[in-house]
Amino acid sequence: MATGTLPPRPSSGTGTRSPGRAQIAARTLRTDSWRKAPTLTVVLLSGWVLYAVISTATQSAYFVKDYHYLSPFSSPCVTASCDPAARDFGAWFGHFPPLLPFAIVVLPLLLSFRLTCYYYRKAYYRAFWQSPPACAVAEPHGRYSGETRWPLILQNSHRYFFYAAVLISVINTYDAILAFHGRDGGFGIGLGTVIMLVNVVLLWAYTLSCHSCRHITGGRLRHFSKHPVRYWVWTQVSKLNARHMQLAWTTLGTLMFTDAYIALVSAGVLGDLRFFH
Amino acid sequence: MGYQASFRVWRGDVTGGQLHDFTVPVNEGEVVLDIIHRLQATQAPDLAVRWNCKAGKCGSCSAEVNGMPRLMCMTRMSTFDQAETITVTPMRTFPVMRDLVTDVSFNYTKAREIQSFAPPADLAPGEYRMRQVDVERSQEFRKCIECFLCQNTCHAIRDHEDNKQSFAGPRFLMRIAELDMHPLDTADRQRAAQEEHGLGLCNITKCCTEVCPEHIKITDNALIPLKERVVDRKYDPLVWLGNKILRR
Amino acid sequence: MTTQIERHEYDVVVVGAGGAGLRAAIEAAEAGKRTAVISKSLFGKAHTVMAEGGIAAAMGNVNSADSWQVHFRDTMRGGKFLNNWRMAELHAQEAPQRVWELETYGALFDRTKDGTISQRNFGGHEYPRLAHVGDRTGLELIRTLQQKIVSLQQEDFAAHGDHEARLRVFAECTITELLLDTSAGATDVPTIAGAFGYRRETGDFLLFAAPAVILATGGIGKSFTVTSNSWEYTGDGHALALRAGASLINMEFIQFHPTGMVWPPSVKGVLVTESVRGDGGVLRNSEGTRFMFDYVPEVFRAQYADTEAEADRWYADQVDNKRPPELLPRDEVARAINAEVKAGRGSPHGGVFLDVSTRLPAAEIMRRLPSMHHQFKELADVDITAEPMEVGPTCHYVMGGVEVDPDTAQSRVPGLFAAGEVAGGMHGSNRLGGNSLSDLLVFGRRAGAGAAAYVDALGDDRPTITEADAEQASAAAVGPFERPDGESPYALHQELQQTMNDLVGIIRRADEIEQALHRLADLRKRAERVGARGGRHYHPGWHLALDLRNMLTVSECVAMAALERTESRGGHTRDDHPGMDTEWRQYLLTCVLRDGEVTITKQQQPPMRPDLLDLFEKAELAKYLTEPELTGHRKPGAGGGGTAAAAGTPEGHN
Repeated sequence: MATGTLPPRPSSGTGTRSPGRAQIAARTLRTDSWRKAPTLTVVLLSGWVLYAVISTATQSAYFVKDYHYLSPFSSPCVTASCDPAARDFGAWFGHFPPLLPFAIVVLPLLLSFRLTCYYYRKAYYRAFWQSPPACAVAEPHGRYSGETRWPLILQNSHRYFFYAAVLISVINTYDAILAFHGRDGGFGIGLGTVIMLVNVVLLWAYTLSCHSCRHITGGRLRHFSKHPVRYWVWTQVSKLNARHMQLAWTTLGTLMFTDAYIALVSAGVLGDLRFFH
Repeated sequence: MGYQASFRVWRGDVTGGQLHDFTVPVNEGEVVLDIIHRLQATQAPDLAVRWNCKAGKCGSCSAEVNGMPRLMCMTRMSTFDQAETITVTPMRTFPVMRDLVTDVSFNYTKAREIQSFAPPADLAPGEYRMRQVDVERSQEFRKCIECFLCQNTCHAIRDHEDNKQSFAGPRFLMRIAELDMHPLDTADRQRAAQEEHGLGLCNITKCCTEVCPEHIKITDNALIPLKERVVDRKYDPLVWLGNKILRR
Repeated sequence: MTTQIERHEYDVVVVGAGGAGLRAAIEAAEAGKRTAVISKSLFGKAHTVMAEGGIAAAMGNVNSADSWQVHFRDTMRGGKFLNNWRMAELHAQEAPQRVWELETYGALFDRTKDGTISQRNFGGHEYPRLAHVGDRTGLELIRTLQQKIVSLQQEDFAAHGDHEARLRVFAECTITELLLDTSAGATDVPTIAGAFGYRRETGDFLLFAAPAVILATGGIGKSFTVTSNSWEYTGDGHALALRAGASLINMEFIQFHPTGMVWPPSVKGVLVTESVRGDGGVLRNSEGTRFMFDYVPEVFRAQYADTEAEADRWYADQVDNKRPPELLPRDEVARAINAEVKAGRGSPHGGVFLDVSTRLPAAEIMRRLPSMHHQFKELADVDITAEPMEVGPTCHYVMGGVEVDPDTAQSRVPGLFAAGEVAGGMHGSNRLGGNSLSDLLVFGRRAGAGAAAYVDALGDDRPTITEADAEQASAAAVGPFERPDGESPYALHQELQQTMNDLVGIIRRADEIEQALHRLADLRKRAERVGARGGRHYHPGWHLALDLRNMLTVSECVAMAALERTESRGGHTRDDHPGMDTEWRQYLLTCVLRDGEVTITKQQQPPMRPDLLDLFEKAELAKYLTEPELTGHRKPGAGGGGTAAAAGTPEGHN
C-alpha cells in the first residue's frame, strides 16, 4: 500500500523542513498553476516600467499644442525645455539635459506612492522577491525580517505619498480640464480629451481607494457613531478599497494608453478624432 | 454516481513518514473529510485525523489538500477531476503529532501573549451601550473559527521557524485589531502590536486572507488598518505633533 | 504496554470545555479554587460553537413587557410542565445577568438602535428574547469564555509567573472513569475522589486527585445516525455519572431538531438554525402548502395564527397578531415534518422545503443568516437567497441527564456536579431554542460555585484515591489492545446508531423499543470484544472503542425509559400511546446502575411552589396538571399577563 516515493531525509532543514514538522521534501504540493500570477506580474510591471522610462527619457511627443493634450508622464511640465504652451505652472528650472524626464518633480513621488502601496507591495514581494511566490509555496530565502528593518521599514511612509498623490491628481485634473481645447483656442472636445478625462477619473479612484486614505478618513476612529460624516466617507472609501488591486492595474493601463495616444497624435501618426471643434 | 478515487495521504509522526496511496470509493456530495473517514473505517483504522463539527464551524479538520491549506470538511470532492490524485498532508507549519494531526499549541501560546479585553472599570454588567456600526468591524474578526490555516500559510513562520518567537501570526494580530477597534476597550495596544507581536514581519502578501474559510478580510480589514494605527503612533510626526498640541 | 500515569492534584476538575464547563471553571477559579478543565477536543472547539440562534434571556431590550416570569412560563410550556420548576425559575431569573456578564468578558452581540443587546424571536418564546450575533452565537459564547479563561491565566501569570498556576486546560484529553472514596467516615456514602483519563496525542494516562468533579460533557447524539452532534457527543458524562452511582432522569426525552440538512448524504443531520424561521422562513411540502397550519395542537391554539395572512403580519406587528405556526416548539414541528414526509409530500431527498428566498431580500438574508448561507453554498451548493433548502428532523439534544440539586448542581454523589446538557430536569420533556446557551451559563456558574463551596466545606478532610482503583481504570482503558483481532468499533458503532435511529427515534412503539433492547444487549456483549491494533498515539479506533461503552449504557437508559413511559410528551412520542397524560406528568423516570445493570424507577415530581403556579391561568394549568395538583393555585382566573408577575419572587433581574 505504501509506495514510499519520497526518500527519507534528515530533519535538520529550515522552513517546512524544520525539525518536528511532517517530513515532506516537496517545496509545495500544489497542483494548480500557481506560477502564473507572479509571472504575469513580472511581465506586466517590467513592461510598464520599460515603457515609462523610454517615454519620459525621450523628452519628445509629450504634448499636443493644438488641443492642449499634456501627457501625465510629463505633467507638470516646469522646465525651460518644455513647450512654452505646456508650462501651465511656469518654468521653475532651466533647460534639462537629455534623458531627464520633464516631470522630475512629481515622478519620484508618484513612483513612491505606488511602490509603498499596500497592493503593489503584495504584488512585487510575491512576484519579484518571491517572498512568498504563492501561498504555501516555500520562499527561497534563508532569513526573513519583513518590514521591520531599513529599508522596508520606510513602507510606513505610504500616507505621505498619498498626500502627494492627491496634489498630483489635482494637477492631472487641471490638465484634463485644459484639454477641453479647440483648435481655434476656444472650447473643444476630442478623443484625447475623453481619454485624459477617463484616465484622471480612474486615477482619483485609485488614489482615494488607498488603504492610508481609508485609515485617515475614518478607519482610525474607535467610534463611528460619533462621527457620522466621516463614517459615511469611510464606507464609500471602503467600497473603492475593495477594488484597489483592479484600480492599481487599470490605472497603469490608462496612464500608458493616455501617454501613447498623445505621443501618436503629437508625432502626427494619428489624427485626433474631434467631437467638437 | 460513485467512483473510485486515488488518494495520497501522508502518514507518519515526528520520526518520519511518507505519502501512502489509497484507492477509495467516493459518492455524490461528499467532501474530503468523508473520504478520510472512509479510509479510517475500512482501510486504516488508526489513521489519525482531527475533526469535530463537519460543517465548517469549529475549525478542527485543517490540513493541506493538493498543497493548499484547507478545511477537509469544506472541500467538496466535486471540485476535483475524477481522474485526479488527491494529496492530503498535515499542516506543514506546525510540528506533526501523527498522520494528519499537528501540534497547534503554538497558537494557544500566542493567544495568551495578547493582552485581554480591558473593560472600563466603572461600567457594571448590563450598562454596556455600543452602537451596531461601532461593533461591526470587530464582529467580522470574531467570526474566526481558529482553524489556524492563516497561521499555517503565513510564510513569515511557515518558511522561517526562527520567527515563531517574535511573530503572533495573522490570527492573533487580527485579535489585537479586534480589541483595538472594540468600542469599550481601554488598553493601549498599538505599540505592542509592532514591538511585541511582530506586526512589522507581515509583508501583506495576503495568503492569510486567501485561505480563510470564513472569508474574513484579514489583510485589508485587520492587518493593514492595524499597520496604519501603528504608523499613527510610531512613524507619523504629524500625528505626533497634533496629539502634542491637542493635549495641551 | 507502559502504565506510566501522569498525576495531578486539583480542587475542582471540570470535565468538558463547552459553555457550561468553561463557565463553571471561571466561577471555581474566581472563587480561588485550583481548577482543571478537561477538553475532549482542542480548547475552543466544543460543540457549543454549533449553537446558532442565540441566548434566551428576558432582558426586555426589544419588548419591555418581557420579564423572567414570562420566560419561566414559556420554558414550562415548552417542556410540557415536566421541567424541574426550581431550575426553570433560577434559569429565567439569572439568564440576563449571565448575558450581561459576557459583555464584560468582551462579547460583541448585535445591538439595538439604542445600543443595548438586540434580541430575536424564537420558537416558543413569547417575546423577542434571544441575544445573538448573526447566526453564530455559540461561537461567540465559546470564544468569549475561552478568552476570559486566558484573561484569568494572564492574571495568574502576573501573580505567580505561571499561566497555569491555578487554572489549566487539558486539551484533547478524555476522562474514562471517575474515582470514588468508599471509606468516607461520617456519611458512609462514597464520595468523589478524582478522575482517570488519557491524552489523545500520546495515549498516556492521566490521574486527577480532586474532591469535586463537574460534569459538563454535553449530550448523547452520536448514538443516532442522523444527528447534528459531533463525535464528542458520546454520553461520556451520563455514563460516568451512572458508574459513579448518580442517577439520570428524563432520558426518554430526546429533541429532534425539526430542521437538519438532508442532503448531501455526508452532512445529513447538520443543523439549520431555527432563526431561519424566526426571521421569516416558512415550511412547505412538495405541493407548495404551508402545512404547519394543519399541525397546531389544541394547547397552543390560542397563541398561533390560523391564516397565512395573520402569520405574515406578525413579523412586523407582534402585538396585534398571533405567531406563525412555524415557530411552534421544536417537537411539534419535527413531528409535523415527519408526518408530511410519511404522507408522501416530502422533498426529493426526503425532507420538506424551508424557504426564506421568497420571504426576504437577498441582502437581508446575507446579513441575518450569513453562516447558513455559507453552509448551504459550500456544503450543498444551494444558494438560500434564491432557492429553498431541504430540511428534515435530526437528533439534536437530550433533555435527560444527571439528576442534580437545582441550586448547587450537585448530584446524588457528594462531590459530583453536573451542568449543561449532561444535567437533567431544566428543560422537562422538550427544550426551547435559545434556552440551551442560557442554561450553560446559569448552571455552569452555579456548578462552579457549588463545587467551590463543597470544597470549602470539606476543609482538609479530602477523599483519597486508592491505587487499586487507578490500576483498574488503567487496565480497562488498555483492554481493546489485548484483543488485536477483536471486532471493529466502527462497525459496532454504526449498528448502534441504526438501532437507536430506527427503533427509538422520533416516533416510538413498544414492540420496536423491545427489539432495540434485544439488539442493545447483544451489542453490549460484542462491545466487550472490540479490539484495537497498533500504538496508543492518537488512535481514533481505540478512542471509539472506549466511547462505545458509554454510548451503549446511555442508549439502554433511553430505550428502557422510552418503553416505560406510556404517553407522548415533548421529545418522547409513542405511536401506541399518542396522548399526553396528566397522571404521567407527576412522575420522572430515573435511571441508575445496579450491579452494573441499567435499572429504571418511577419517581414522584415535587409539587410546584404556589407563587409559581399563580403565574399561569388555571385553565391552562388544567391541560397539564391533575385536579388535586391544581388546588395549589391560589388566584383562580388571574395570571397570564405581565401583571401576574408581581406574584413571583422579585429577586430576579428583569
